[in-house]
Amino acid sequence: MTVRQAHQERVRTGDHFINGDVACAEGALAAGCGLFAGYPITPSTEIAEHLARRLPEVGGTFVQMEDELGSMAAVLGASWAGARAMTATSGPGFSLMQENIGWGVLTETPCVVVDVQRPGPSTGLPTQTSQSDVMQAKWGSHGDYEPVAYAPASPQEMFDLTVLAFNTADRLRIPVFIMADEAVGHITERVRIPAAEALPSSSRPRPTDAPGNGFLPFKAGPGLVPPMAHAGEGYHIHITGLTHTERGYPTNSAEVHDRLVRRLSDKVLRRADELTLVERVWLDDAQVAVVAYGGTARSARQAVRIARERGVRAGLLRLITLWPFPGAAIAQLGLQTRLVVAESNLGQVAREAERYTAGQVYRVTHAGGHLLPPEPILEAILERA
Amino acid sequence: MTRQEVRLAGFGGQGIILAGYLLGKAAALYGGQHAVLTQVYGPEARGSACNADVMLSDSPIDFPEVRHPSIMAVMSQEAAESFLPSLVGDGTLLFDSDLVQLDWPGRRFGVPATSIADQLGRRIVANMVMLGFLSATTGLVPPEALEEAIRTTVRAHTIELNLRAFEAGYTRGTAA
Repeated sequence: MTVRQAHQERVRTGDHFINGDVACAEGALAAGCGLFAGYPITPSTEIAEHLARRLPEVGGTFVQMEDELGSMAAVLGASWAGARAMTATSGPGFSLMQENIGWGVLTETPCVVVDVQRPGPSTGLPTQTSQSDVMQAKWGSHGDYEPVAYAPASPQEMFDLTVLAFNTADRLRIPVFIMADEAVGHITERVRIPAAEALPSSSRPRPTDAPGNGFLPFKAGPGLVPPMAHAGEGYHIHITGLTHTERGYPTNSAEVHDRLVRRLSDKVLRRADELTLVERVWLDDAQVAVVAYGGTARSARQAVRIARERGVRAGLLRLITLWPFPGAAIAQLGLQTRLVVAESNLGQVAREAERYTAGQVYRVTHAGGHLLPPEPILEAILERA
Repeated sequence: MTRQEVRLAGFGGQGIILAGYLLGKAAALYGGQHAVLTQVYGPEARGSACNADVMLSDSPIDFPEVRHPSIMAVMSQEAAESFLPSLVGDGTLLFDSDLVQLDWPGRRFGVPATSIADQLGRRIVANMVMLGFLSATTGLVPPEALEEAIRTTVRAHTIELNLRAFEAGYTRGTAA
């Protein structure tokens, strides 16, 4: 095996003028990503392209895989070998990754999956923007599970949330999704990369006992996240996508299955308060609140600003976390304001928001193909004011 | 809030995207402004019309797309014909007078960017000539910021040539 020597810095501290995809790649590097395995696809290609150059410079590994099934599998394998691992794709590839994402959920394998969304179904509009994979992030793989997904609205957040995604993935031992969109992936803006020691960092829970026969690789404590032993450390463990006991062996027991799937969901849901990040803009006295996320949130912010200039008390609830869904923030808002949801799909978040409010949710939607402009959002605000 | 929408257009291979990148980088990193660069990701090929859009502002930029540029620099006839209708009525048009012939009733400044670049030894730096010309005629981004962006972006052995091209365009612009 060749041991690669790092000859470049991992964390490029300073100000950069880079696009969202490159910022995401730099975020992965700064977070200590050791392996990227992927199959390039527009509009995520620059992530792979940048990491193909940068990862070897810092001692990491870049693998261009044969397809997205293999990409996801390689990422999961690298994670069990102890590396922080990531892949990046767009809708068509995200579809192909779903089976192995489910394997990652059930085997509690930390990893980061970036979906720079483009309009679907199918290959759709390859070079354009969309937010139509939001529900796929929640329900894409079969079975019950609770994902964590973030929606960056700028190249800066592509960096910041990628770092956060690695931390969340390790802390909870889950696949974490960056649900970006083409508009955010491809705009170029200033990105400020902090000093390495200023970056937030958290790690996987690890076994405290030396390898021996007593280790139960899927036995969780009160935090519901079991310690993770890596390949080659001497813990003789069995990892399977079949329902397994705390020892890791397959079982047919309905009771074990129920207990396991509930724990996997609960380890996320019990932390929903800290995981669901939102930005509140001018909401204190708002009569109309726009709910938006990702690239569309930029248009929404502009619409809200113009409405304010015209004397309309409008505000913005920007969803930074999409899953677990920030339902509590929406429920609270729905009591005092009229809600407008703006998104580049036909109402995926709007429908979810309706579950948390008794009032009507007004929709500003577009199937994708261009960034939803501020005008229809402004119109909706003025109509509802 | 002061906001400027700038569109640079030409044909693929002229370095239009690089010029737009340098304009945005200079403004955002060395000019104390907010800047967003957007570009169209279509099946465009070398030789066909392409554009780079830069939005500059003294406050954070929300909706990033340039829709009504007030400054446009065109470096090919096809690009001029494609994009000129988007220039606002009182906008400023800059053009490479070697390659573009047009009627624009408003403020317009031509510079023979391609032949100046040829005289410097490489046609490929015509984009830098145009960038210098734009800096001088519009005052959008100070020349020092653009020169710093050039120095920190282009390959080391081409810095000097790029800077000379930039200065040649800038000098033409101050006289325009």
